[in-house]
Amino acid sequence: MRNRTVKAAVVVMAGALALAACGTNKTESGGGGSASCDTSKGTLTVGVIAPLTGNLAALGLGIQHSAELAVAEANEKCTVKGYKLNLDAEDDQATPQTGAQAATKLSSDSTVVGVVGTLNSSVAQTVQPILSGKKVPQISPANTNPSLTKGADLNNPKRQFPSYFRVCTTDNYQGPDAADYLVKKAGKKKIAIIQDGKTYGAGLAAAFTDRATKDGAEIVDKEQVGEKDTDFSGVLTKVKAASPDAIYYGGEYPVAGPLSKQAAGLGLNVPLMGGDGIYDPKFIDLGGKEGDLATSVGAPTDQLDSAKDFVKAYSAKGYKDPYAAYGAFSYDAANAIIASLAKTLGDSGTWSDSERDKLITNIGSYSASGATGQVAFDQYGDSTNKVLTVYQVSGKDWKAVQTGPFEG
Amino acid sequence: MGTLLQQIANGLIFGGLIAMVALGYTMVYGIIQLINFAHGEIFMTGAFGGLAVYSWVLPPAAQQIWYVALPAMLVGGAIVSVVVALLMERFAYRPLRNAPRLAPLITALGVSVFLQELVRIFFPGASSAVPFPNAFITAPLHIGSITIPASGLLMLIVSVVLSIVLETYVNGSRMGRAMRATAQDPDTARLMGINPDRVIVLTFAIGAVLAGVGGVLYGTYIHNVDPYIGFQNGLFAFAAAVLGGIGSIRGAVIGAFVIGLIKNLADIYLPGGTAYDYVWIFILLIAVLVFRPQGLFGEAERVRA
Repeated sequence: MRNRTVKAAVVVMAGALALAACGTNKTESGGGGSASCDTSKGTLTVGVIAPLTGNLAALGLGIQHSAELAVAEANEKCTVKGYKLNLDAEDDQATPQTGAQAATKLSSDSTVVGVVGTLNSSVAQTVQPILSGKKVPQISPANTNPSLTKGADLNNPKRQFPSYFRVCTTDNYQGPDAADYLVKKAGKKKIAIIQDGKTYGAGLAAAFTDRATKDGAEIVDKEQVGEKDTDFSGVLTKVKAASPDAIYYGGEYPVAGPLSKQAAGLGLNVPLMGGDGIYDPKFIDLGGKEGDLATSVGAPTDQLDSAKDFVKAYSAKGYKDPYAAYGAFSYDAANAIIASLAKTLGDSGTWSDSERDKLITNIGSYSASGATGQVAFDQYGDSTNKVLTVYQVSGKDWKAVQTGPFEG
Repeated sequence: MGTLLQQIANGLIFGGLIAMVALGYTMVYGIIQLINFAHGEIFMTGAFGGLAVYSWVLPPAAQQIWYVALPAMLVGGAIVSVVVALLMERFAYRPLRNAPRLAPLITALGVSVFLQELVRIFFPGASSAVPFPNAFITAPLHIGSITIPASGLLMLIVSVVLSIVLETYVNGSRMGRAMRATAQDPDTARLMGINPDRVIVLTFAIGAVLAGVGGVLYGTYIHNVDPYIGFQNGLFAFAAAVLGGIGSIRGAVIGAFVIGLIKNLADIYLPGGTAYDYVWIFILLIAVLVFRPQGLFGEAERVRA
């Protein structure tokens, strides 16, 4: 009997140890240079909400590390007088429910001054009201659904949350930009639309459809796939029957990659085009084929003069994961929060909840040149930077084929 | 017409996949009345096992030759699946053999999440989808107006052959008779000199071989795997087993093909199209359960594995 008790205790302890190992706090110190700065007033935190695990982790980890870089640099430069900055990255697993938990956790921490995130527009929908309720400013590096800032009726826009900003442009420019390229430049006149039914995918597909029709293309088929689907033969057979000369996909790369490959497998060898959600190296790994297209927000990070310092600093830190599609945006978003915080506190201010309104106002009027170009916000909280780039898969890599501001 | 035939082909391939998973559900239920919700994860670990063999066991030269690579992956995937299933049976279900039926059911859900997270954390790169090598003939087959990936056809053929072998084994062999006896009445079977533990272990192992082979073929067909593939495919397989009459081998296979065909035909003929194909599967399932709660073959087929 005694033996059994001991055994049970050992098992319980082993379990507890395993749990403790899993639960290691993700808060990471912002960097080593802070020793020379005055940090007598304590520590303030920049939050990150992004998918750090799961299918979209490649994008989320790039966002996390880029924000980490901004925080580390601020600590080295003593940007915020009297305080040391920390980064608290929370995983939203690309699902609204988990995102809500992350937002609740961050917003109940009085040292959290602002949040960089989210990646997914659908997650942003749940996160916005939670952070806004506590007046925690949120700057998204990647949300592209227009309704997040302007409300559902785009002809009659109304700002949704005064604390929400984004540094990337939106799908009501991205969708039309893709349509212009595909119809006018690539000369595709019969287009099939597939989307995943999520906030981002459905919105992007709708914006694309409107413009493509205006540009004179025929939408030959409209289909929907499930986010967890893996076998698309049914959908693709239907699409093939409509004999399109291009497919536009509203959604993200975990579905888009296999979709493109399975289309080719069924003998449907037409290019697949998507938005920034498929612009990732993983898209090609998972089956994206030669000639597939994607639009993405901003200019290509590695070709942008303004991003050179960011790219250099990022590789110098030796992060395990690449900055991916949104790293430069995340870096700019974190810097907007940090610079506005420094402005709010001045040389001798002390952080308290009563400073939050002033911080939000300062972010609204923030304007600086960042890694992605000029960073500033309009009256809705949208980025004033409307640069978009069209990329094409060529030789197992994304190559930029057209870059420039969208001009309606 | 071409579209109809193509959708039927797609449906049969999907059905073949689901059948390989559904057999494990139905056999385990037949023997110990446990709905093993972690069975989808056995399928998933099989796929990852095959991938591990390809990546780390096979020399690069052998990776290119499909008739070397694919059998090695199938065997590797099946071994991984069997090991996982036996550990699961020994440490999660056997201690609960005489517990109320709800306890093993909840345990199964726990094992399912445990295995998903285990693979996600410890398999390199599995925090998101991992590309799966096409370890079979890559060129698709053109039969009349329809196009079938060779790996899809292989999946269908393997599934049908394994189902027939299994049915023959359970009905014809000595061990199969022991399985049927244990399913009917474990206590009497024990009195007749049958060791129920051996029968149960064998049942888990057979189910796992099928799921592991299915997992590797699935990876070859879809070209990528992630730790959550077991959930959705497991759900369909469970639905197929229930539709056919859980406990019945023939029922599970037919249920799987019915689900595959409904899914793909709903895409083109039923309202809602591709956005609602799952809805029709489960409407059919509910309708069958209302009028025949025992499933299509639940009673007519007394032979339970």
